[in-house]
Amino acid sequence: MTTFFLFVLIMLSILILVYLYRVIQGPTVFDRVLGLNGISTKSIILVVVIGTVYGREEMFVDISTGYALLNLVGAFAIAKFLEQRGTP
Amino acid sequence: MVVIAIALILVGLFFLVVAAVGMVRLPDVFTRSHAVSLTDSLGAFCVLVGLSLYQGFGINMLKILVVLALLFLLNPVIAHATIRAAYRAGVKPQAEEDQ
Repeated sequence: MTTFFLFVLIMLSILILVYLYRVIQGPTVFDRVLGLNGISTKSIILVVVIGTVYGREEMFVDISTGYALLNLVGAFAIAKFLEQRGTP
Repeated sequence: MVVIAIALILVGLFFLVVAAVGMVRLPDVFTRSHAVSLTDSLGAFCVLVGLSLYQGFGINMLKILVVLALLFLLNPVIAHATIRAAYRAGVKPQAEEDQ
């Protein structure tokens, strides 16, 4: 069972690298924000899977909840700022 | 229960891979938002429900489902805010530029 979860962790890490390509390459700044949003979604799943591997879900799930809320605040701040500033 | 959990996690990984392919291949920011908000939410739903079924019934399953509800609430809201900011900042869709 640990082998299967290791496979899931490696797949999620590869997906984070794919999203990182869009964050670095993206033509506009909004592409980078969307890429960071996708990376944070992958990170939330990654933290829950790590908690399942270690058998400490009650702690790691709280960390992932905090990460989701932090992602919301950061993305809203960037979106509001760019909306008021106008053309990037 | 464990077999259903493994099947759900594999289906969710498939949808996450599809979302990553869409993130690389789609032409502009308005179409890429579909890959992030829709497909990514479905993949996260499948993976997290599979993990909560692997835990069995209890407080851990409830906490993972709370994280899932939070993700379902926040992911489309963030995508919508980003796309509205892009539209108001003057980013043109790809089909409009082609004409």
